[in-house]
This record gives sequence, structure tokens and C-alpha cells, in this order.
Amino acid sequence: MELLNFGDNGWGDELAIATLMTIAVSITAMIIGFAFAAIFTPLKLSKKKYLNLISNFYTTVIRGVPELLVIYLFFFGGSGAIMYVASIFGYNDYIEINAFITGSFSIGIISGAYSTEVFRGALQSIDKGQFEASKVLGISKFGQFYKIILPQMLRLAIPNLSNVWQITLKDTSLISVTGLVEIMRQSYIAAGSTRDPLFFYSWAAVLYLMLTYLSMKFINKLEIRYKRGY
Amino acid sequence: MNIFKKTILTVLASLFLVVNTNADNIKIGTEGAYPPWNSKDAAGNLIGFEVELANELCKIMKHNCTIVEQDWDGMIPALVSRKFDAIMAGMSITDERKKTINFSQGYADEVASLAVMKGSKNEGLKTLSAINLTDISADEQATLDTLAKAFKGKTIGVQTATIHQNFLDSGLMGKVKVRTYKTQDEVNLDLAAGRIDAALAAAVAFTDYAEKSGKAVVLTGPTFAGGDFGNGVGVGIRKGDSKLLNDFNAAIDKARDEGIISRLAIKHFGFDASM
Amino acid sequence: MDLELMISSLPKLLSAAIVTLKLLSASLFFGLFIGLLFAILRISKNVLINKFAYVYSYVFRGTPLLVQIFIIYFGLAQIEYLRTSFLWTILKEPYWCAIIAFALNTGAYTSEILRSAFQTIKPGIIEAGKSLGISNKIIFYKIQIPVAIRQSLPAYGNEIILMMKGTSLASTVTLMDLTGVAKYIISTTFKPIEVFIVAGGIYLFMTFIIHNVIKYLEKKYSFQ
Repeated sequence: MELLNFGDNGWGDELAIATLMTIAVSITAMIIGFAFAAIFTPLKLSKKKYLNLISNFYTTVIRGVPELLVIYLFFFGGSGAIMYVASIFGYNDYIEINAFITGSFSIGIISGAYSTEVFRGALQSIDKGQFEASKVLGISKFGQFYKIILPQMLRLAIPNLSNVWQITLKDTSLISVTGLVEIMRQSYIAAGSTRDPLFFYSWAAVLYLMLTYLSMKFINKLEIRYKRGY
Repeated sequence: MNIFKKTILTVLASLFLVVNTNADNIKIGTEGAYPPWNSKDAAGNLIGFEVELANELCKIMKHNCTIVEQDWDGMIPALVSRKFDAIMAGMSITDERKKTINFSQGYADEVASLAVMKGSKNEGLKTLSAINLTDISADEQATLDTLAKAFKGKTIGVQTATIHQNFLDSGLMGKVKVRTYKTQDEVNLDLAAGRIDAALAAAVAFTDYAEKSGKAVVLTGPTFAGGDFGNGVGVGIRKGDSKLLNDFNAAIDKARDEGIISRLAIKHFGFDASM
Repeated sequence: MDLELMISSLPKLLSAAIVTLKLLSASLFFGLFIGLLFAILRISKNVLINKFAYVYSYVFRGTPLLVQIFIIYFGLAQIEYLRTSFLWTILKEPYWCAIIAFALNTGAYTSEILRSAFQTIKPGIIEAGKSLGISNKIIFYKIQIPVAIRQSLPAYGNEIILMMKGTSLASTVTLMDLTGVAKYIISTTFKPIEVFIVAGGIYLFMTFIIHNVIKYLEKKYSFQ
């Protein structure tokens, strides 16, 4: 147990920081994923075939390739791609992206593909009559979306989004290649340094379980809130 | 409360997006898992021979240096994609690597050796004490043959993408099963656990492990140099970055003349591995 | 882009894909048994058995697969007692460590899929069987299990694809699967993008095949 001491001779403080890092990356990745979903869900439901195609390409490729590969590709290709885009706008200096952004983005891209599918499913299961009804009532398209569709969609999506959250949280264990010190990388370093892998990987498992347990509690509360009125 | 503050600050600091680094500030990539060359302590700091040497060289070059961690298998791609500007990670100078990156002059030399667990049939093999693969003599060939016979069909662990793996893949030691690991720590763990029959790495990596873990890991056979084992360990630098290359070469000259490299080598290896 | 490298690495990567498929099929095979066993335990009325099955599936679904494989490969090897027991002949091999981790992981998800399928079987089907004088045991094996399997096909199809992606972690315990070989090629050519694009393409192709096989099975065994 001394191994978990806080301070310079134990790994307790390092693991605590790493746990916060895991939470920070997961939340950021989830938000980035929502941004991707906000772009790709409408494309999926669009009547234009080529827009469907773009969106399907995104969700199929990301969900069909191991997360590890997506992360590696983003890690080695990401800054190159961004610099290429910047050079089009006439900016030719080296742009450095720190490990946190790289890590969150690569997980966010994955998370976004799952979120897109969840939102698509939720939107499609909203009764078509409601769109018509709001039209008849003369509600603007904007109002229709924010006041009528969005609240229902969120209620329908929350149970499945909690799955996406679990996937996202666990996927963060794979970003140690970016050099970001989250739970998995910290345990790996500690296991290597102390030659006690059983102890540290078991602690990693406990920390992840704690995170999944607490987040489920939180999501259940959220679910109850959104169910109000039904 | 202090630790809580420190925690929050660390997390916030790493959230910062850095755009366009200062030209005077160089980043050096290391692995942090190859003691005594480079490793990490319980406070999470990078330590070891190369970490101290890197700081000394930077002082001489009057550069601001940051040392960053990078997994070994992504070390060269990360240098090429400009995640950092130099590699100091126990990386031997080889022709294969020179196709992709440049190297400074060598700053230290490591001899490689096989290791087995005490009590293994291959403990204390009767061979030459050292062989150089650049020009293989008849005696050296006899040693290689002895090794090939002793390890025929055996599983030997090495860290992936190393000179040690290249040597085993070359077939000079006959037909052995090569198992590759992400880090030397993992090689050591599996050697001690008995998953592999032997391991090949820098001799110091095994003696350091045996000493710190108390496991009965022993060296066997000759030490290897030359050929696939390259020409010492140098600083890896991106092609085209000739100013930084010259700076490092000059700094290594100075550090050698002032005895800094020897002093650090004796401190970490127990003998003078400088070159 | 180094097209030549992409083409020359294709045969090596394809033969590594066979290792991936072997790992996948072995894991699914054992995982299905584990899943079925724990699904049955989960619908048991004995609270203790029920809780035990719940904790199993909660732990394996609540932690990353990478942690599980590391505990089984590096963690268990540390226990002196295990290393002297007969279990070591299995745990000594990275191949079996990977399969154990994958099977336990997919078993947890499979048990959840099957459990919910059991619970959604219409009671009418079971009653119909009873009124025909069929014994409880036969109803369970010949009616409940097949219907549950059919019900869970779409979800299980997803699980197969998730598991196939999961096998890429075998490369972290020295196995030369598709990802392992891709990493090896990168470590000698230092060209990650090209190699990962080819490897990704192969994974995508395998996903495509699995997806369509499941779709075909769903159609074939649909109730309509």
C-alpha cells in the first residue's frame, strides 16, 4: 500500500492526477463527438444522396476500424493535415498541437460516429405528425427544432448516449500513444518502474469501475429529469 | 490541499494549446522505460543517464530544452512529424535508421548481451567473451555456431524495432523464435516469469534489472558489437535540420572534453560507457 | 504517400489478418459459452447466483479491455503460485492469455444480450409449449434458447464487430496479429500513415463481411 503514498515516494498523487486527466479527456472527447454528430446527423437524414454517402462513410469507417488504428492515424497524420490546411490559408510555420488536444480529438472522432447513430435513431423515431402539426400551427423551422424536436430527441437519446459515454471513457485507455498521462499510461509507467504490474493494473481497473459507476449514477438522475412531464 | 492544487494546475496546464514554438526552445524525445539510459521515478520525473546528459548538452548549447516522453515504436515517426526535435533514447546509430533521420556523433556505446535465468541450461556458455560482427573471424563464427546450437528453437525476447531484433532476424544466430515487446521492462518481466527462454538487449539493461529487482537474471555468451549493432548511441535529428545537428556535435565534443559524459556514465552504468 | 510500400505490405498484412480471424473465432467460441452460462445465472431466482453473474458482467463491461488483457498477461505472471501450477502451461502462452481476456470480455457483453433476449420472449410461446405437454427442460433448450439467439442476432452482430476491433489489442502482448504486423512494418519503414491505411482497409473489409453475414442470417431466421 505504500506504493500509493502521496508525494515523491508513492504513486497516489500521480494516479489521482491521471484520473482527473481521464475524466477531462472523456468529457472533451464527448463534446467534440457531439460537434461531429451535429454535422453528420443532418447529413444522414438529408434527402440528398451524396450527403448521406459522406455521413455513412464517416460512421462506417470509424466504427469498422480498431480504435487503436484511428488514434495512431490521427496522432501521426493529424498535425500534418492541419498544417496542410493552414498552408492553404498562407500559414506555413509549424503548428504544434499538444497531447491533450490530439488525444481528445482522436477519441472525439470515434465518439462522434456513435453519437451520430444515436441521434439519427432518436430523430427517426419521433412521430412524423409532429413536424406537420407544428407547421400547421405556424411555428418557425427554428422554433420547431429547438422547442419541439430537440427536447424529445434528447429524452430518447439519453439511454443510448450513456452507452456512448461508457465507450468513450474506456477508449481513453488507448491514447497513451499520444503521450498523455491518463490512468492507463500512469499505471503502465508505475508498473514498469516498480515491477508490480498486478497491483497497478488492478488499481487501474478499480479506478475505471469507480468512474463508470459514478457516471451511471449521474446519468440516471439526468434521465429522470428528462422524463418529467411524461 | 497542496496536492489538490497541484493536481488542478497540472491538468489545466496540459489543456493549453501551444501554437508555433519559440525557435530557441528545443524538445527532446525519450522513452522513459529503458533504465539506466532513461526511466521515470515515483514522482513522475524523467531520470537516467540521457536525461541528465540532455540537460548538460542544452546548457552548453544555451538552448531551452524540454524533455518529452514518447513510446519507443513511435519514436522516429514522431521526430519526423515534428512532435519533437531530437531523440535521446538509447538509440543506436544504424544504416537503416540513417535512411530516415540523421545522427549526431555517438555519445555512448553499449554492448549487447544475451541473458537467461540462473539455472538455465544456457547459463555460462563457453564462448568468446566478446565478438565484433563487422568482420567475423573464424573464432567468432565458432561462437555464433555455439549460440545457434544452444538456442535452436528457443524463444528469445527483444524490444521491438531495436538493433537486437535486427540481429536475431538476420539469422546469424540460427533459427530462434523472436518475440518482440514494446518496452525493455516487459522483456525483463517475461524473462523472469519464464515465458521466454532468453532475452537480448544492452548488457546494462539486464544487470540494472537484476540488481534492482533481485531476480536471478544472468548474462550469458559473448557481448556483441559492430554489424547490426551499429556504431554507438547518438542523438537522432530530423533530416535537413543541420544547424541543430552541428550544435549537438559541438556540444558533445565539449561535454566529452570536460569529462561530463564519463562522469554521468560512471554514475548510471557503473563504468565509463562514453565514446 | 508511398504507394509502393502500401502494395508491398499488403500480402504480409493479409496473412496477419488470418491470425486476427483465428483470435476472433476462438474468443467468440468460448465467449458464447461463457455468455450463455452467465445469462442463465442472471435469470436465476437465487439472489447469490444472480448477484455473482451481475458483478462479473459489470466488472468486465465497466473496465477497458486493455486493462483486462494486461492484468491477465502481466499481472497473473507475477504470482509465484500460478507459475508453478498446471495453469501456467496455458498462461505462459500470449496467444491463450489474449483469448482468455477476449472471451471473458465478450462473454460479459453476450450474457447481457442473451439475458435481455430471454426476458423479452413472449410468455405465450412458453405457455403454448406447456399446453402441448412439452417438458420444461425441452421448452428451455428447444424453444427458449433458439428464440433468444434469434432475438439477439442484431445486437450480437454488433458485438462480433466490436470484438474484432478488440483483437487489435493482442499486439500489446507480443502477438503478431494484423495490428501487430502493421506496427512491425512501421518500425522498419517509419511510415505509419501508409501502413495504417492498408491495415484499416483490411479491418473495414472484414467488418463489411461480418455485417452482411449477420444481415443474411437475420433474414433467414426471421419469424415472418
